Amino acid sequence: MATHAHDHHQHAPQHASGSELSETQLRVRALETVLTEKGYIDPAALDVIIEAYETKVGPHNGARVIARAWNDSAFKRALLEDASKAVRTMGRESPVGDHLVAVENTPQLHNMVVCTLCSCYPWEVLGLPPVWYKSAPYRSRAVKDPRGVLADFGVKLPKETQIRVWDSTAETRFLVLPMRPGGTEGWSAERLAELVTRDCMIGTGLPKNPREIA
Amino acid sequence: MDGVHDMGGMDGFGKVEPEANEPPFHAPWEGRVLAMQRAMSYAGAWQIDMSRFAQERLPPQVYLTVSYYQRWALAMEKNVVERGLAASDELAAGHALREAKPLKRKLTPQTVKEGMTRGSFYRQAQGPARFKIGDRVRARNIHPPTHTRLPRYVRGHVGVIELVHGCHAFPDSVAIDKGDDPQWLYTVVFDARELWGPDGDPTLKVSVDAFEPYLESA
Repeated sequence: MATHAHDHHQHAPQHASGSELSETQLRVRALETVLTEKGYIDPAALDVIIEAYETKVGPHNGARVIARAWNDSAFKRALLEDASKAVRTMGRESPVGDHLVAVENTPQLHNMVVCTLCSCYPWEVLGLPPVWYKSAPYRSRAVKDPRGVLADFGVKLPKETQIRVWDSTAETRFLVLPMRPGGTEGWSAERLAELVTRDCMIGTGLPKNPREIA
Repeated sequence: MDGVHDMGGMDGFGKVEPEANEPPFHAPWEGRVLAMQRAMSYAGAWQIDMSRFAQERLPPQVYLTVSYYQRWALAMEKNVVERGLAASDELAAGHALREAKPLKRKLTPQTVKEGMTRGSFYRQAQGPARFKIGDRVRARNIHPPTHTRLPRYVRGHVGVIELVHGCHAFPDSVAIDKGDDPQWLYTVVFDARELWGPDGDPTLKVSVDAFEPYLESA
């Protein structure tokens, strides 16, 4: 298995050899030119999409959703009932399509999300998936050895905690609602959102400790 | 198809290595690839499961060694050529050499927001749902040579219906240009020891979202 070469590409495509990188660049440019000359695409529209993913759509969107759920029990119920509908009421940069499902962590249960077949991920609330989420190590192990995967992230759960892994094999997308950290009574949703990391909404991490942002 | 993309439960890929402060794109061309994919989907050139199927059909050694967006680019080239939108000599030349094939619409800066919204996959039910919450079902031991969203690691195993998601477009049909063929979609939850044997983590349950044709009563 070409594990090393694979990791190398997955984690640092910018470190690929110069000729290889420029070959990809040239090939992608050729594709874009052909599709543009054929009239299928407008490069100006591509620029807008790229800018949106670089500046507007990201885990801060999901963090607002989680923080509000921590602070507003009616919203939390609505989120767990129909996450697409609940998130739409928040008026966000990136519109949310159907099929978003929020799954709640409790002291007894920890949820984790994967796509073993490709890279399905709730883009609208979390932005583009990180490289590790799309990588063979995560996709292969999450459904068999989630505690081992969590250890790679430096997360250790009590041994009696039940773990639920959601494999995103259809168009349903899953968002983990983590447990609200203790010591945050009376915090505003805005302040709570600072505790919500991308990884805690995938289930490979936990929210920040309030002391980390104090 | 039983390809290397179906990775659930495979060993030997090593540790998960998160990258601190990862940027959205590692090189400008990655953004171009992602945005082209969005624009071509909006134009109606192909649907998402056709993109997935094109990736799955890459040679396994290619699938495993190129980067994520390289894989997308290769799959896009495949779809462009196979669907007659451009020929391989045009891609090699880097210029259009022949007339375009008409597509249904074109993504512009004004319609980007619409193009970035996921479409709905709900479809009109063709009949009542066969299963209900709590039913025990077995994932069929099927091995279609074409695209499917039933991962190998659940095939032949018994789980329980936990959620009913309504009726959705069926990827197995869409990917091979046979239309939506709407099917009921369920979340089916499996005990890890059912999937991985007695050494499975006793605290673990794993679910997949499974279309009705993937399931039989157990």
